[in-house]
Amino acid sequence: MAVTNSKRVIVVGGGLAGLAASVRVAEAGLSIDLFSLVPVKRSHSVCAQGGINACNEVARQQGYSEYEHFDETIYGGDFLADQHPVLEMANMAPKIIDLLDRMGVPFNRTGEGNRDLRLFGGSLFKRTHFSGATTGQQLMYALDEQTRRYEAEGKVNKYEFWEFLAPVVEDGRCVGIVAQDQRTMQVRTFRADAVVMATGGNGLIFGKSTQSVICTGAAAARCYQAGAWMGNPEMIQVHPTAIPGADKTRLMSESARGEGGRVWVPRKKLDPRAPADIPEAERYYFLEERYPKYKNLVPRDIATREIFSICVNDGLGVNGERQVYLDLTHLPASTHHKLEGILEIYKKFMGEDPQFVPMRIFPSVHYSMGGLWTTFTKGSYNPDQARNKHNSGSRPPLGSDIGQGLHPGAPNNSMTNIQGLYAFGEVNFAYHGANRLGANALLSCIFDGLFCGQSVVSYVNDVVAKPVADLTPAAYDRAVGVQLAKVKRLTDSATSGNQAEPQTNPYQIGKELGDEMTEACTVVRTEPRLKQCITKLEELKARYQKITLKDSASWTNQSLVYTRAIGDMLLVAEALAKGALERRESRGAHYREDYQARDDAQFMKTTLAKFDPASGGSTVEFVPIDDSLIKATARTYGKTDAGAGSTKAAASPHA
Amino acid sequence: MITSLTTNAANQPAKPAATPGRTITLRIKRCDGPGKPSTWQDFHVRPLKNANIISCLQQVALNPVTTDGQRVAPVVWDSGCLEEVCGSCTMVINGKVRQSCSCLLDDYAPNEGDVVTLEPMTKFPVVRDLWVDRSRVFHALKRVKAWVPIDGTYNLGAGPKETPANQETRYVLSTCMSCGCCLEACPQFNMEEQPKDWDQAFIGAHAISQARLFNLHPTGAQLERERLEVLGGVGGINDCGNAQNCVKVCPKKIPLTESIAAIGRAVTIHKVKQFFGR
Repeated sequence: MAVTNSKRVIVVGGGLAGLAASVRVAEAGLSIDLFSLVPVKRSHSVCAQGGINACNEVARQQGYSEYEHFDETIYGGDFLADQHPVLEMANMAPKIIDLLDRMGVPFNRTGEGNRDLRLFGGSLFKRTHFSGATTGQQLMYALDEQTRRYEAEGKVNKYEFWEFLAPVVEDGRCVGIVAQDQRTMQVRTFRADAVVMATGGNGLIFGKSTQSVICTGAAAARCYQAGAWMGNPEMIQVHPTAIPGADKTRLMSESARGEGGRVWVPRKKLDPRAPADIPEAERYYFLEERYPKYKNLVPRDIATREIFSICVNDGLGVNGERQVYLDLTHLPASTHHKLEGILEIYKKFMGEDPQFVPMRIFPSVHYSMGGLWTTFTKGSYNPDQARNKHNSGSRPPLGSDIGQGLHPGAPNNSMTNIQGLYAFGEVNFAYHGANRLGANALLSCIFDGLFCGQSVVSYVNDVVAKPVADLTPAAYDRAVGVQLAKVKRLTDSATSGNQAEPQTNPYQIGKELGDEMTEACTVVRTEPRLKQCITKLEELKARYQKITLKDSASWTNQSLVYTRAIGDMLLVAEALAKGALERRESRGAHYREDYQARDDAQFMKTTLAKFDPASGGSTVEFVPIDDSLIKATARTYGKTDAGAGSTKAAASPHA
Repeated sequence: MITSLTTNAANQPAKPAATPGRTITLRIKRCDGPGKPSTWQDFHVRPLKNANIISCLQQVALNPVTTDGQRVAPVVWDSGCLEEVCGSCTMVINGKVRQSCSCLLDDYAPNEGDVVTLEPMTKFPVVRDLWVDRSRVFHALKRVKAWVPIDGTYNLGAGPKETPANQETRYVLSTCMSCGCCLEACPQFNMEEQPKDWDQAFIGAHAISQARLFNLHPTGAQLERERLEVLGGVGGINDCGNAQNCVKVCPKKIPLTESIAAIGRAVTIHKVKQFFGR
């Protein structure tokens, strides 16, 4: 690989995807400027708990394969994911585990010293590698360490506490970014031959979620306003098991169920007894009864709807409230030890020890399947006929090595519709369709960074004809001018506006946005409620025009950072609500009470949201997806009729 | 039909001691920026059950008016995951360093009128209010080469096998989130504002423990000599005064004093070997 140090790549976001990209691109000899709102070691990836999926030798000898992992992911995502990238991700997964192993990730071990495995949702095979119950933290630290190594060698230049404000786009090509130092408030441009967005999800749009406070989705929204398309913005994962809280909800990992945790409620409404006093026969293990095959490990969208329905429709929530038991009290101490990281969180924040008392949990917004739209170049696997029968454990169609889903190093892999602007990790819409399987997120982040990082290198080395170093400053000056004007307008409002007026208080608008989106756009969606939501968003957008900043300081003005982000979040929220409104079917996490059936003819299509600068709003269209590898089938997860009824949509209409 | 996910956090159980609906005072040390003077400001908040410091700071942000009726700039603080795993929101609460997200008011201010003091960490330069610049913490990780020197990201097979016991030892060391609690509590670790002075001053328990972590990995151990050179030199292990405060304040219960002892022995052996020219 040619070493061309004059060419630079910008990576925005220092979580798993951004760090993996930085390491890969730096290794290829290009210089990296890495931007992050926080010191990269504090990025949101640290919150991931349960593990990372990959085919492994034990599972392989039981009939599992990379193909099966691919198949599970497509089925789990209710046939909305881009099939070719998912196949390649599953292909590379075992190699990614090996690499992380070499980097020193302390994966849990078997007695013989092999990497231990646990069961996770949507699979009947143990294919989840883990490091206690803080796997995201451990994987990210490993990549943080490798990045620091390149930083020490001068190949990676970190801009921590810098906020991405906009891409600089000239002639349809991304040539750099505008960013602001959150401490000094300096705004300036940075040139780059390619820009990788690795900026994660947008949980803060919902007010409370399991995500970190930095996960506003503002960075993606700023690319959206610059002309990048969004894909499937309405696909939001509501995780079935979270701990409610005043400031946020906290994740209780799927690994709790993977290690044997059981979800139940008392069979009797408002049963006043302590959980330990309720005999086995009087406990309703509703997931186990309704899904005898997958039991507590049905995919998240299904588990969430079942828990929601048990509480809201059936009134069977513990103490009549919105909570069910997640019970680990029957498990041995060795299992509790493996889950120590998450049990500690529960103990710390709820004051009860889950070793002895069942946890009380409820679903919460957790992950954005949708994000910036990206494209790819197909690889060598192009079967004459798509496979169409999901039968977990059956042999893959072409042996275990079936060929590549993506063309390695093709410059457009995971590139947005803006040339030179890439989207990696959670902000990339491609991998998880309408529902993400547990322990596939860490994988998709690292896969993007490593595999598509190579595509960035190809693009910079082979496609870019005119290096950005040779461009005139005009485009950069324009871009920085726009941002400085915005900063001035917002900062001036702190002195000119009415501080006591709640209507224009940024925190008040943020709170109303979160409440509205949680009410209208999470577990159950309906046309009237979504229309009401869009009207409310219009109102908030109008109020935002007169927003009053809380702080006029020209140094470390967090009020400015937050207020600016609210404006961007309102736009993404609107795209999300419009996508949810227009998608008149139920698929994966998107459940329309008024359209309970999946409608493949009309909607086995990617939702494409485009920003209209003239109106300041979003337009939504649906484009067909390439299903040449797997044909859609009914998605039932073997649900029995016994428990069916209250959540019709949990089973697919074709069942 | 109800379609919301809203749950009432106040319905969750709490420690019996806390008074519901109470008003408490947050006494916050404010500072507008580097070189500016510090002042104290009081704010009234009403914590819900199970509320933490962050949710109280959020209440203040919504309407930043002090107890004597003055409208002031909102308080600046650093935060991230709010699950005590990112390390961002570390501050000094009632005189003790810890993460503010896991600091529950039911414990810290259970009664009407209770006062909780919030101060920025004192061993790092203040950026503004409760936000400090902890760059030095990450610089220390570079000094001790806290990484495994792999041959690149190519497909080169699995890493070395490992016993469960060794994995357990490494795992707990590897949960260090570089929050700086051990440094704030250490009598030997002092404020150094200038990066040029960082390499002469005490490196701190966290970096010593990270050196141990990477020396315990077969590939990581390739850099053991370089790590021991740094830790045997100026600002290294000899600057540790054995106060053992670090281990008491570590939120991740990392056995920092064991790490210090292990590295101390390794440095001694390394120096003896050097003396005999090996």
